[in-house]
Amino acid sequence: MTETTLDTLPSERTLQEVALTGDEYRGAVRILGRHPNEVELGIIGALWSEHCGYKTSKPLLKRLPTTGPRVLQGPGENAGAVDIGEGLAAVFKIESHNHPSAIEPYQGAATGVGGILRDVFTMGARPVALLDSLRFGPLHEPRQRYLFDGVVAGIGGYGNCIGVPTVGGEVYFDESYRHNCLVNAMCLGVIRHEALTRAVAAGPGNPVLLVGADTGRDGIHGATFASVELDEQSEERRPAVQVGNPFLEKCLMEACLELAGDPRIVAMQDLGAAGLTSSTAELAWRGGCGIDLDVSRAPRRESGMTPYEVMLSESQERMLLVVERGHEAEIAAAFARWDLHSEVIGSITDTERMVVRDGDAVVCDLPLEMLIDEVPMRHPEAQRPSNLDALLARDPLAEQPPWDMDTALLRLLGSANIGSRRPVFRRYDHQVGDDTVIPPGGDAALLRVKGTRLAVAVTTDGNARYGRLDPRRGAEIAVAEAARNVVAGGAEPLAVTNCLNFGNPEKPEVFWQLSEAIDGLAAACEALGTPVVSGNVSLYNDTTGVSIDPTPVIGMVGRIEDVERRLTAGFKADGDAVLLLGPQAAAELGGSEYQRLAHGTAEGPPPALDLALERRVQDAVREAAARGLLRSAHDCAEGGLAVALAESCLLGGIGARITLAEAAETPPDRSPSRTAGILFGETQSRFVVSVEKESGVQLRALLDQREVPYREIGMVGGGHIAVEGVLDVPLDEARAAYEDALA
Amino acid sequence: MRFGIAVFPGTWSDRDCAHAVSLDGHEAVMLWHKDRDLRGVDCVILPGGFSYGDYLRTGAVARFAPLMESVAEFAARGGLVWGICNGFQILCEAHLLPGALVRNASLQFRCEPAWLRIETTDTPYTSSLAAGRVLEIPVSHGEGRFVADEATLDLLEAQRRVAFRYVAPDGSPVGAASPNGSLRDIAGIVNEQRNVLGMMPHPERACEPLLGSADGMELVRSVAASLARTASFA
Repeated sequence: MTETTLDTLPSERTLQEVALTGDEYRGAVRILGRHPNEVELGIIGALWSEHCGYKTSKPLLKRLPTTGPRVLQGPGENAGAVDIGEGLAAVFKIESHNHPSAIEPYQGAATGVGGILRDVFTMGARPVALLDSLRFGPLHEPRQRYLFDGVVAGIGGYGNCIGVPTVGGEVYFDESYRHNCLVNAMCLGVIRHEALTRAVAAGPGNPVLLVGADTGRDGIHGATFASVELDEQSEERRPAVQVGNPFLEKCLMEACLELAGDPRIVAMQDLGAAGLTSSTAELAWRGGCGIDLDVSRAPRRESGMTPYEVMLSESQERMLLVVERGHEAEIAAAFARWDLHSEVIGSITDTERMVVRDGDAVVCDLPLEMLIDEVPMRHPEAQRPSNLDALLARDPLAEQPPWDMDTALLRLLGSANIGSRRPVFRRYDHQVGDDTVIPPGGDAALLRVKGTRLAVAVTTDGNARYGRLDPRRGAEIAVAEAARNVVAGGAEPLAVTNCLNFGNPEKPEVFWQLSEAIDGLAAACEALGTPVVSGNVSLYNDTTGVSIDPTPVIGMVGRIEDVERRLTAGFKADGDAVLLLGPQAAAELGGSEYQRLAHGTAEGPPPALDLALERRVQDAVREAAARGLLRSAHDCAEGGLAVALAESCLLGGIGARITLAEAAETPPDRSPSRTAGILFGETQSRFVVSVEKESGVQLRALLDQREVPYREIGMVGGGHIAVEGVLDVPLDEARAAYEDALA
Repeated sequence: MRFGIAVFPGTWSDRDCAHAVSLDGHEAVMLWHKDRDLRGVDCVILPGGFSYGDYLRTGAVARFAPLMESVAEFAARGGLVWGICNGFQILCEAHLLPGALVRNASLQFRCEPAWLRIETTDTPYTSSLAAGRVLEIPVSHGEGRFVADEATLDLLEAQRRVAFRYVAPDGSPVGAASPNGSLRDIAGIVNEQRNVLGMMPHPERACEPLLGSADGMELVRSVAASLARTASFA
């Protein structure tokens, strides 16, 4: 073969189909010393995609802290795991299903849930909770309503049927997501340390079993589809969206959990993006082995499927097992009890190669090192967006407020981004499993661990409006806010799983945002002592050239030693004192929900964040909770102090009388929006807590000793949310607005 | 007491039911759908879930399970059979109870607290409770709207076979706040012999104050007390 033939590139269309550049193709040819055949090219394209190979994000992801005293399993496995005490581990991961959901919302979201569940039970852990994080365009637009309804129905449809509670999540609506909705799903499982199962192949000669659904033509090229921008033709990609069967997955889950920890099982690996291709390659390579497969043995849903299609199908509800040789019939019988079909489709080898046969013919023979470790990295240029300075220069306090403060509070409570999420979570079974102590609707959800006094707190958080203005601070705030939600329940934040939803990283501005956000994540995770143990990257959230705002979503898990020391957000009793902990008297409206509603923009500097102060405030709240000093705790987030107070009133069914001298002051030179800034500004590191009068002295001593700023701002009681001289809204009116927001 | 808990593929309240009865000191025995042996249990619980995926019609496939043959015989002999959620749907499909459970009036799944008024104490499930008492027990279903023809509904009322009705927390009529739009706000009924109960709400989720309500445990205790009485007369 001559130089020139090795240099030849396949057609533009072929390269596009596997999402490789000409240079990347040439790189593959160089490693192989020959052209890959059609099957091999499909396999290389899938494993070298951003979705499987992280070719753009990997160098950046190395900056994240991933270790800590409680980390049992960091990134690189199907899910991360942390010690929660008493020999138990929390196993968790978040993942995106953005592209499929934009095309087919119900199935896109449903299979997103199915995929993340498999990641957790593959580790041997019984899933105990699901959460979501959703973004859509403005809700009043019919298409956005359709996507929102479809996604919520899909998440509920899968989770409710399989019997894992959906205990929390978040949903926001913003122009930025009009053409690229975001659907992130998180799953949490609990397991005894010694039963943790890993997806590491071992023992050449051991058989490889494929279990569960038959393989069909659905979802071919899903991984590469997720690694390019959407366009007008994306609707034609509907065949790249898979269809979920939660009943089948329920059986698969129960069968796998029965077998978890069984010495006859060497490894388990679910089939996700890129189907058999990535699952077999990763499983074998983690164990330093090779793998030899015969696709003709894979049970199929339809006839006439080519080896290429079998290897790249993303048919759902399939599982791969490596079994100790000689025990395959017993394992097959265990699955048959659940009416699940299993088939030996190959074996582990010591060749470090991936060999695929179709009967007698070898259709693929590739070195695994090339597929996994030699993914060509992309190092795009990074450039700060040129319009940022103008955005940041705006003074949000200089605007004339369009409403009085009562109206502003009602508008915020009735807005799609702040109002009650009940219309969503009442469609999710959030109780099955009998562990849900704090249901959705407060801060973090709390699940008790049966047989212990332990409980696990879990939440998802993200805020893209800050991210657009400052991706680094936006990411820091996402982590801080997630931790704050965990702490508001009285729990100790332990670790993080993240989902990085960004635009096309080949654009220098997007790559800059990604790089900045990862630095922010690293700094905040470091400061709060919460390493990243698993995660997912979803890039190319662009449609016809427009990128979404940077949206890092944080899933955080915490623990509470004694579930009886938990806190909830609602005020409890007439006469309790209300305290504001954290920075006092700031008025930061940049990027706030108020600014967006009142002025239709998100401009000006986003709120400041002092991570050391954040840590001090959180630690103090946690200690106060453990000592039983608090009656309620709620963090200040979207809508600021006034919305936090209103939520504590609404959740507790009782009003509050507050005095904020600085809000009522009227110095002649004050900015027109200063009062709004004090009430609705989204200053960070703040909690609204209520405390019995008798505990007040001890609480103050603790806060003084911990150097946490605080102020008593009023008292629980009455039927109004009242801030002296500036705000007075009857609770009933507030509730009506709040409950109606998403209905 | 010994509670048998049916496990169909797709059942998911089995472990919750086992947990709940064990909290009150009872033994829970899992009964696999392919088996016919009821293993000497005192009461069979048909728990919640999506048996066989419920892709056809809720409970329509489960009624043909080998286990259900034994359950029907057990019921005919007077044994206690307690259908919860999907279990209620299965009992209707198996014609052990009249009526049917169709899609919620909202056309959406609903998981939320519900309040049930005890309509009769003349059942083993409610004999330890006071008539008119309101229990807080959550619902979690997409197809829980109880329907039957007028004659059947009248008969159920006449024979005092409506065990629970959805009400507001204060016991007044539930009105538009009904979780599913059930006819006459019916949340649970018994058969003519009063030994088979079907209810849509999930008492096993309301057996501990930690989870928000312990009212469901009263039903477990009532069953246990009834069984103890029967045993002492036997």
